[in-house]
Amino acid sequence: MTMDPLDIHHAPRKLRVATVSLAGCFGCHMSLLDIDERLFELIEHVEFDRSPFTDIKQIGRCDIGLIEGGLCNAENVIVLREFRAHCKTLVAVGACAITGGLPAQRNHLDVGVMLTEVYHTRPGLSASSRIPDDPELPLPLNQVHPIHEVVHVDYFLPGCPPSADAFWAFLNDLMAGRTPHLGHGLLQYD
Amino acid sequence: MAFDLETASEPGKLRRVAIDPVSRVEGHGKVTLLLDEHNRVQQARLHIVEFRGFEKFIEGRPYWEVPVMVQRLCGICPVSHHLAASKAFDRVVGAMPITASAGKIRRLMHYGQVMQSNALHFFHLSSPDLLFGFDSEVNRRNIIGVAEKHPDIARKGVLLRKFGQEVIRATAGKRVHGTGSVPGGVNKHVSAADHALLKADLGKMRDFAQDAVTIAKQLHAQNPALYDHFGAFRSSMMSLVAPDGALELYDGDLRVRDASGATIVDHVPDQDYLNLIEEEVRPWTYMKFPYLKAIGPDTGWYRVGPLARVQNCDYIGTSLAERERREFVDWGRGEPIHATLAYHWARMIEVLHTIEVIGELLDDPDILAGERMAGDPARAQRHANGEREGIGVIEAPRGTLIHHYRVGDDDLVTMCNLIVSTTHNNQAMNEAVRSVARQYFDGRAITEGLLNHIEVAIRAYDPCLSCATHALGQMPLDVVLIGADGSAVDHVLRSHTGDWSRPQAGAPSTATR
Repeated sequence: MTMDPLDIHHAPRKLRVATVSLAGCFGCHMSLLDIDERLFELIEHVEFDRSPFTDIKQIGRCDIGLIEGGLCNAENVIVLREFRAHCKTLVAVGACAITGGLPAQRNHLDVGVMLTEVYHTRPGLSASSRIPDDPELPLPLNQVHPIHEVVHVDYFLPGCPPSADAFWAFLNDLMAGRTPHLGHGLLQYD
Repeated sequence: MAFDLETASEPGKLRRVAIDPVSRVEGHGKVTLLLDEHNRVQQARLHIVEFRGFEKFIEGRPYWEVPVMVQRLCGICPVSHHLAASKAFDRVVGAMPITASAGKIRRLMHYGQVMQSNALHFFHLSSPDLLFGFDSEVNRRNIIGVAEKHPDIARKGVLLRKFGQEVIRATAGKRVHGTGSVPGGVNKHVSAADHALLKADLGKMRDFAQDAVTIAKQLHAQNPALYDHFGAFRSSMMSLVAPDGALELYDGDLRVRDASGATIVDHVPDQDYLNLIEEEVRPWTYMKFPYLKAIGPDTGWYRVGPLARVQNCDYIGTSLAERERREFVDWGRGEPIHATLAYHWARMIEVLHTIEVIGELLDDPDILAGERMAGDPARAQRHANGEREGIGVIEAPRGTLIHHYRVGDDDLVTMCNLIVSTTHNNQAMNEAVRSVARQYFDGRAITEGLLNHIEVAIRAYDPCLSCATHALGQMPLDVVLIGADGSAVDHVLRSHTGDWSRPQAGAPSTATR
């Protein structure tokens, strides 16, 4: 019996990638798009699941989950847990996911005092304005948290935002099955 | 006044359908629909579901940090916030006017910003709906699908956005969250190398932009029944214009035209915005509802953004875009165009205009050399209480953006008020959702494609929901949250709202969970 030769032409399965912005500014997603024309090369190797770039609202099984933003409300926590449950590799992308970032500046403020000031000293509010309290609105957390405080995180990609080249190097390592390693110049925090 | 379809009379008897999250927009929003037994919509709302609290935590920071901090409101239009804050603080440091070099470099940065954001919105986010159809297959309805089916269009979109981002990098130092603009001026010139790089691509970009305008107007020409009426409604429109009435994105005076196109507010200096606009809060969304103070919340709301700008101005100061503007105006046959989908067309006219202006600025030697900073403490603008004060208003990609600060003697910010572009369009986006609901949810079965029609209407406004979640107004939600910490928050609620928080206990099914 002779063995069939290996089919060297088979197309490897595309990696499935989900992305989300929690309490972030979308700057990390923009920086991912800043790979520019390399986007067309990327989509030869990956397909997107739930992401602001697609209309898939519920995450399915994925190889990689990219999380931008920290946690500022209860819904963020639910979405993060869904991502962890569905993604083999979960990545904290950018300052907010890793440390809470600028939104965490609110952590030293007292909620009651903020409430008071916003509704009574801010200029230009109508007299009839009232407090939003609809159950459709997710409840804010007392403080903004980085995501590793809630789920296990496999990799951290720092920067505000990480540069397009950092995204590119990182994703290429993952696509090739290597442990991601950001060389000098790609690791920055501003 | 209650707006039609904003609040159902008996919500308990209706079926809830949610679009959550609204996708292919920037930020976090969801739509809820309440349907009766015949699948007709009785209530439709666009909720902004997040808050981050920038206005509050900026207070207490040194003013020179703020132009960099506020960029983190939004990664898509960071330059708009960077420059609105810089313009406000120019007045705090007595830099009125800033130097010629600073003004031109900032303008270049801003036109790069509007160009890249408008291109991103049209190509990366909205074009799948327009090219494939509103109820086309959900897994193809994205930029990847466009890249596979229309590679030429996708490539142009990517390259247009890239060029805008490169203009930003050349002026701000970084594509996202740069540092080029500071109170009183800018901290760098455009380098010779970057100048050459941008010049080399300019002609190609002008052609791509012209193609984009053509795509947008052909969509209208091919299916006027859809494009002229989908999600349409009449409203006033607000924007900055130049003193002579020209389209202006960086610095100008406020103008409002009513639904018939008559100018009802003109030449209002940006420093007077508080006399013009007031905001209302409604219990079911974090985003406030601004309106013209003189008219009131019921009918004083308005739209901002490309559709408003292209129709509020008397002309556009660059030739290619002006030709396209005339064609656009002619499409309305003497009436203002109120079509929601016409936003896309107007947005592409702006892309063409921004490239023309970028071309003019690249030919100006002031961007390569010249005095960068101005300022004189003795000339600082002051509030009635003696504190230094500045207001910066700019036309961000999505519309009029307002930053307002006061600064104490210790250089720390004592007051920050922001009205972001998307907030101005809050009522308009809700009206667009309800218009689509009336038109399409006529008893037919609810499908994913049908629901996407609602999102198509929202997307036309290019909402920046991340920007819109800056406000601390949302903090009240902590009241509900606090279950664990209830007593203190409850106390705050009562002590300050006595007359306006308790009445809402009667509102449908809220606050009781």
